[in-house]
Amino acid sequence: MSPFLSRPETWITTTPAGLYCEPGGFHIDPLVPVPRAIVTHGHGDHARPGNERVLATPGTIAIMRSRFGELTAGSLQPLDYGQPVAIDGVEVRLIPAGHVLGSAQIVIDYRGARVVVSGDYKRRPDPTCAPFEPCNCDLFVTEATFGLPVFRHPPDRLEIDKLLHSLSLFPERCHVVGVYALGKCQRVLALLRRSGYEEPVYLHGALVGMTELYERFGVPLGPVLPWSEAPRDNLKGKIVLAPPAATTDRWSRRLPDPLVAMASGWMRVRQRAKARGVELPLVISDHADWDELTATIGEVAAEEVWVTHGREEALVHHATKKGYRARALALTGFDEDE
Amino acid sequence: MNRFAALLDALLFTPSRNGKLRLMGEYFAAAPDPERGWALAALTGELAFDEAKPSQVRALAAARVDPELLGWSYDFVGDLAETVSLIWPEAPGGKGHVPTLSEIVEKLKVASRNEVPGLLEPWLDALDATGRWALLKLVTRELRIGVSARLAKTALAEWGGVELGRIEEVWHGLAPPYQPLFDWLEGRRPAPEVGDLPTFTPLMLAQPLEDAEIAGLDARDYLAEWKWDGIRVQLVARGTEKRLYSRSGDDIGAAFPDICAAMPPDVTLDGELLVMRGGEVAAFNDLQQRLNRKTPNPKVLRDFPAAVRLYDILRDGPEDLRGLSFAERRRRLEAWYAREPRPALDLSPLVPFTSWDELKELRDGARDRGIEGLMLKRADSLYVSGRPKGPWFKWKRGALTLDTVLMYAQRGHGKRSSFYSDYTFGAWRGDELVPVGKAYSGFTDEELRRLDQWVRNNTVRRWGPVREVGPQIVLEVAFDSVHRSTRHRSGVAMRFPRIHRIRWDKPYRDADTLEALERLLT
Repeated sequence: MSPFLSRPETWITTTPAGLYCEPGGFHIDPLVPVPRAIVTHGHGDHARPGNERVLATPGTIAIMRSRFGELTAGSLQPLDYGQPVAIDGVEVRLIPAGHVLGSAQIVIDYRGARVVVSGDYKRRPDPTCAPFEPCNCDLFVTEATFGLPVFRHPPDRLEIDKLLHSLSLFPERCHVVGVYALGKCQRVLALLRRSGYEEPVYLHGALVGMTELYERFGVPLGPVLPWSEAPRDNLKGKIVLAPPAATTDRWSRRLPDPLVAMASGWMRVRQRAKARGVELPLVISDHADWDELTATIGEVAAEEVWVTHGREEALVHHATKKGYRARALALTGFDEDE
Repeated sequence: MNRFAALLDALLFTPSRNGKLRLMGEYFAAAPDPERGWALAALTGELAFDEAKPSQVRALAAARVDPELLGWSYDFVGDLAETVSLIWPEAPGGKGHVPTLSEIVEKLKVASRNEVPGLLEPWLDALDATGRWALLKLVTRELRIGVSARLAKTALAEWGGVELGRIEEVWHGLAPPYQPLFDWLEGRRPAPEVGDLPTFTPLMLAQPLEDAEIAGLDARDYLAEWKWDGIRVQLVARGTEKRLYSRSGDDIGAAFPDICAAMPPDVTLDGELLVMRGGEVAAFNDLQQRLNRKTPNPKVLRDFPAAVRLYDILRDGPEDLRGLSFAERRRRLEAWYAREPRPALDLSPLVPFTSWDELKELRDGARDRGIEGLMLKRADSLYVSGRPKGPWFKWKRGALTLDTVLMYAQRGHGKRSSFYSDYTFGAWRGDELVPVGKAYSGFTDEELRRLDQWVRNNTVRRWGPVREVGPQIVLEVAFDSVHRSTRHRSGVAMRFPRIHRIRWDKPYRDADTLEALERLLT
C-alpha cells in the first residue's frame, strides 16, 4: 500500500451502534437511531426505524416505508445502483448485493482507499433481484451466516423439484412452506413459476404486503391469493407460503393435513430441520454458502477482510490461511434467521 | 445406493407411522435383490461392520479438509456422519463409480480394519451428500431414523400381504440378505422352513380388562395368575442352541448369561424376567440395572440376580403344544418343571378362586412388590400369536394417583407439533414445587386444546422449546408405581405416568406433597 493512501481502519470503525465511517459521519445498518445512516437492505436486523437521515436504494426505502410507515426516518434519500454521492469528502456508491430486492453493497472511497461493506449477499442468480456485483477494494466487510464448509447450497431448481414431487406424491395434503416475508417468499414464488408451476399460490397474511411491493417493482410472481379466501378443502394439494413460525403453530391447524416444508439454508443440516418439525426441508438460501463466501473474498482482491456476523471464526481462519489480514468484528444485533 | 439413501432420508423426515410404512413398502416393491435384503438388514439393525470405526471416518475427513474447519463444523452439526457427508469436497469432474448397497455391504463384510478406509474413500467421492450420509450412518451403525426392527418387519408384512406373525416365525432362521424371504413373499417359493432352529414364536398377548367389564365373564371359564412387574420373555432351546427373546423378538441372551446357563434343552417357555433375591421379587428398578447392560460384569450378576417365572410351555422336546388348551399346557408345564427343576427358573403359581369378588379382594390385598395385578386366561384357550380378543386379560390393580401442579410444557411431535402436549408436573416440598414426572397422554383432544391455550397465555419464561408456566393447574396424575431414582431431582420416578384428570377446580396450594408420593414407594 502506498504511503499516500489512507489506511481504512483509521477512518472506518466499529462502535456500539455498528460500523461507522468517521469522515463521512454515517453509520451502516445501525442498531440504534443515529443522525445519519446508510442501510444495506430491508431485513429487520439491518434496517431499523428512527434514524434522522437514511440513504438507501429506492427498493430498500420502499420496504422500510411499508414496514415502519411514519417512523421510518426524518428524511429518506434514495440512491440508484451505481450513482456516486459525496458525503463530506467521502464518495459513496451502492451496488447490487443479490440478497433481496433493493439490497446493496456500500462502496466507500476516501483518500485513495476503498472499503466495500457487502451487507448480506449471495452469488447465485435470483429472478427477484439484481445480481451481486463484485468490486475490487482494499477492505472487504463480509457476512458469514453460512461460514462453515458444511454449508453448500444445492441448485435451487433441485429443491423446487423436491417440492413439486412431494405435491404429486401427496395430492391430498396442503404443502405449507415456511419462508421469510421479505425475499424468500418472492424468490420461492418466482422459482416455482420458472419451473412451470402455474396454479395460484396461497399466502399467509403476513406475506401479502411485501409480495405486492415486489410486484410494484416489476417482479412478476404469478397468481397469488390470500389463504383465508380459499375454502379449506381447496387447499388440498396446494402450496401455502407462511412465515416459518406459523407453519408449526396454531395457524397451521386450519390447513387440511399440512405437510410442513421450510425454505432455508439451515435445512442443509438434517437434525436442525428435524428439530423444527420440518417434513420437507428445502435448501434455498438468500445468503452466500461457504464456496460463495470464499470465492468472493478471492475475487474482490482485498488485502483485508472483516467478518461481521455468523460463523466468523471459520471464515477468518480460512482468509488468514489464504494470506489476507482478517478479523471478526463481533457485531451484535444480527439475526441467525434468513 | 442412491435409492436406499433416499429411503433413509425420507424416513427420517416422515413423522407418521403410516407414512414410514408406505415408504418402506414402496422401496421393497421397487428395489432389486439383493439390494432390498441388505436394506432390510440395515433397518432391522442386523447389519454390523465390526472393522469399520467412526475414528476411521474422522481420519478420512481430516485428510481432505482443514482439521480446524472440520472441528468447528462438527461442533455445529453435532453428528459425525452428517458433518463428514456435508463437508466432503465434491470431486471435480468425473465422480467415479457409484456403488450399490450390495457392493458396499459385501466388500465391507470381508474387509480388514486396514482395508476399510481404502474402500470408503472412493465411495465418498462418488456419492452425493445424501448418499454419503447414508453410507456413513450405515458404517457408524447409528441410523436413528425412527424405525424399529418391528416397524420394518411390519412394512415387509404389509407389502408381502402376510401376517406380521408369519414374518417373525421365520425371521430368526434367516440371515441377510433374506433371499428365501423375498422369494416367498413374491410367491416364487413356499415359506422358508424354520427347521430345528431356536426361533422366536410371536407371543400371545392379553387385553386390558376394566373392573366394570368383569361381570360379563364367567369365573368358571378362567384360571388366574399374578401379573408380575418384570418383562415378558421367551426361552427357546434346541439342543445346545439357547436363546432368550424379548417381547418383540430381540435376542437379549448376551445380557443374561445366568438365565441362558439355567435353560434346559429342547423346550420353548414363556415367562416373566425378574430380579429375585431369596425368592422375593425385587423392584423393577433393579431389573433396569440388568436391562441397561449389554454384557454384565460379575458384580452386576451377583448384585442383581435374574430369574424367570414361568407361566406357559409352547414346545416340549419335538412336540408343539400350541394347539393344546391352556389348562392342558399348564399341566404339561408343571410336569416338565417337576422333571427339570432349575435354579433361576420357577413356576408362577395359579391363584385359586371361586368368584370374581373373591379374586378382586385378593388382587387389591396383594401389595407385594412385583405384583401389578392379575392375569386371567381362559382354561380352554389355545396359544394364538398376537392379541386375540377374549381368551386372555390383564386385570391391573387400580392405578395410584397424585394431585400435582403443572410446571413446564413442551410441544409434541408430528400431528401434535403445534400443541403444547408434553407436561412436566411437580409436588410440594415445603414451599417449593419439585418436578416429579412428565406425561403426554390421558387427555382428550378438547382438553388438549384447552391446556395448550392455557399454557400459551400463562407462560412466565421460555427455555428454548420449553415453556415454564406459573403454578395454577392441578393435574391428577395416574401411575403404576413409584421408585427411588438418582437421576431425578425429586429422588423418585413414576412408572407409566399419565394425566388422569385435569383439576381445573382445585387450588394449586392443595396439591400433594413429595412426602405423600414417597409414602407410595415400593
